[in-house]
Amino acid sequence: MEKFSRHVGVPVPLRRSNVDTDQIIPAVYLKRITRTGFEDGLFAAWRNDPEFVLNQDAFRNGSILVPGPDFGTGSSREHAVWALQNYGFKAIIGARFGDIFRNNAGKAGLVVGVVSEQTVDRIWDYIEANPGQEIEVDLVERRVVLADGTQIPFEIDDFTRHRLLEGLDDISMTLQHEGDIAAYEATRPSFKPKTLPARTADTVA
Amino acid sequence: MGKTLSEKVWDAHVVRTAEGEPDLLYIDLHLVHEVTSPQAFEGLRLAGRPVRRPDLTLATEDHNTPTLDILKPIAEPTSRKQVETLRQNAKDFGVRIHSLGDRDQGVVHIIGPQLGVTQPGMTIVCGDSHTSTHGAFGALAFGIGTSEVEHVLATQTLPQKKPKTMAVNINGELPDGVTAKDVVLALIAKVGTGGGQGYIVEYRGSTVEALSMEGRMTICNMSIEWGAKAGMMAPDETTFAYLKGRPHAPEGEDWDAAVEYWKTLRTDDDATFDVEVDIDATQLTPFVTWGTNPGHGVPLGAVVPNPEDFESDVEQATARRALEYMALTPGTPMRDIKVDTVFLGSCTNGRIEDLRLAASVLKGRRIADGVRMLVVPGSARVRLQAEAEGLDKVFLDFGAEWRAAGCSMCLGMNPDQLQPGERAASTSNRNFEGRQGKGGRTHLVSPPVAAATAITGHLSAPADLSA
Repeated sequence: MEKFSRHVGVPVPLRRSNVDTDQIIPAVYLKRITRTGFEDGLFAAWRNDPEFVLNQDAFRNGSILVPGPDFGTGSSREHAVWALQNYGFKAIIGARFGDIFRNNAGKAGLVVGVVSEQTVDRIWDYIEANPGQEIEVDLVERRVVLADGTQIPFEIDDFTRHRLLEGLDDISMTLQHEGDIAAYEATRPSFKPKTLPARTADTVA
Repeated sequence: MGKTLSEKVWDAHVVRTAEGEPDLLYIDLHLVHEVTSPQAFEGLRLAGRPVRRPDLTLATEDHNTPTLDILKPIAEPTSRKQVETLRQNAKDFGVRIHSLGDRDQGVVHIIGPQLGVTQPGMTIVCGDSHTSTHGAFGALAFGIGTSEVEHVLATQTLPQKKPKTMAVNINGELPDGVTAKDVVLALIAKVGTGGGQGYIVEYRGSTVEALSMEGRMTICNMSIEWGAKAGMMAPDETTFAYLKGRPHAPEGEDWDAAVEYWKTLRTDDDATFDVEVDIDATQLTPFVTWGTNPGHGVPLGAVVPNPEDFESDVEQATARRALEYMALTPGTPMRDIKVDTVFLGSCTNGRIEDLRLAASVLKGRRIADGVRMLVVPGSARVRLQAEAEGLDKVFLDFGAEWRAAGCSMCLGMNPDQLQPGERAASTSNRNFEGRQGKGGRTHLVSPPVAAATAITGHLSAPADLSA
């Protein structure tokens, strides 16, 4: 995973709440077997609307999304994170997120910073007053810095921040604890089910 | 101080704990399907890693699969490619798979319980948010993303931050015609789609204890629709009776040891939850959704709400957009809403009990003019069971279509989709914009309401039908 410390880019105000992962990318776009190419499906239902924020010149090349509350709820599809990244987004600043979406973002290297709803309103007002003006997302200091120097702190848990700053791969980290995993496995009771050898109603009957 | 059910299961799976880091949890069962796994297997391949425990892993095909002509190659090339990729990955990595046409194929959350690999006290994950379904057995079960799927395949563990705990106390006898689906829709309308964020929820109380395993699964299934990390219910005699004799249920001494352990999986009397919510089941009526998220629900006897009734500006804006998308006017009685399609199926309501309930309403009647109804069993075994009971005949005589097992119209990923502007009464779990097909409009309902609606052509409950 690429390291992330600071990113300067254009913020995009997405004035909608409850943008679930079906809205971020509809199921019909989930059929690729790669991690790339999902930008076509990003916000697919809204992309043909000339009024949609990403169709406005000031925001077309945005890389910091500022959505309304309860963004990324619903389906677990990590494709929602990939679609945002494939489009060019590096960070999301918002008030509330679906748990699985936020987890997925952390694993895939998309920074999700949490602020209050009032702060989102403030950032929206600022962006709309200064469309296309770049802002900074500073993961080291956990803050957004506006062009006028205003600093807005955001929350992200320590462990996710650490992993993003260092670009650490979760699996390699876990495999360092192979001894612990093997020791745990040795204690599992024999009644715990195994899927192999396969049994079905036909083989049992 | 005592522990809650979820804390007991959590603590029993901690492989490693360290200051400032999430707990590393052992995963007892990893369910896999074609949509969220290809990139995970590819990651293993690139890193030269095996699947650590193929014997704790189970794959099936459900999201992309057609429900007609299932023995022919899948017509849509990208869907076919995704399913073929899963088959190849299962072969290469030694993972058990139940493919289309196999008697044990079906929606991933239906086949786990059916095979008896879903048991109390387990940790269960799947790259699918409705993994919460398995919590009905007293398992800690939750959906994960593809990066986490790869992590579990490689290590059989998952780093997880311990969520807070919530109790949903549901007490009282359900009135006639009110089902588990109505309970959970009413709950979500009460707490909102974000109400459970950051919590593992335990559903408890006399209503839950009186439910069948099928009904319990329906409630746990929709835990994610109000944002909960997982939903759980304490295992009891109903749970044990459901499991006894299933293909992978423990046998002999193992069964006795398992039951002894399972009986300890109850929240201790002196344990406390961070939050508690109470639902009086005796006051519930059939519940349906009017808008575009599962929290947009009202009693069937109510009217389409006015956006101004909502508290915040953001909620009002969301409600206005929802009404526009759904082409509904505030004040319209829900019962006046006409539908084009009725979908009975999904991991929420595609089990045998759901089909029996719907068939009991439809029997001897005819479908409304201009309405199509799809009946899609949740698994091939549910289909076989239904056919053995003659339910297929009831559905066909009624004028419904009797399909093969899969996710079908729950999500617009396979040939079963709504057309733009089409309106459905659906027993599935999500009424998001475009969920059942681009431009499609979804009203979430229970199986009896779906059946009654197919008879009248507008949202109805069995009690509305003339004798």
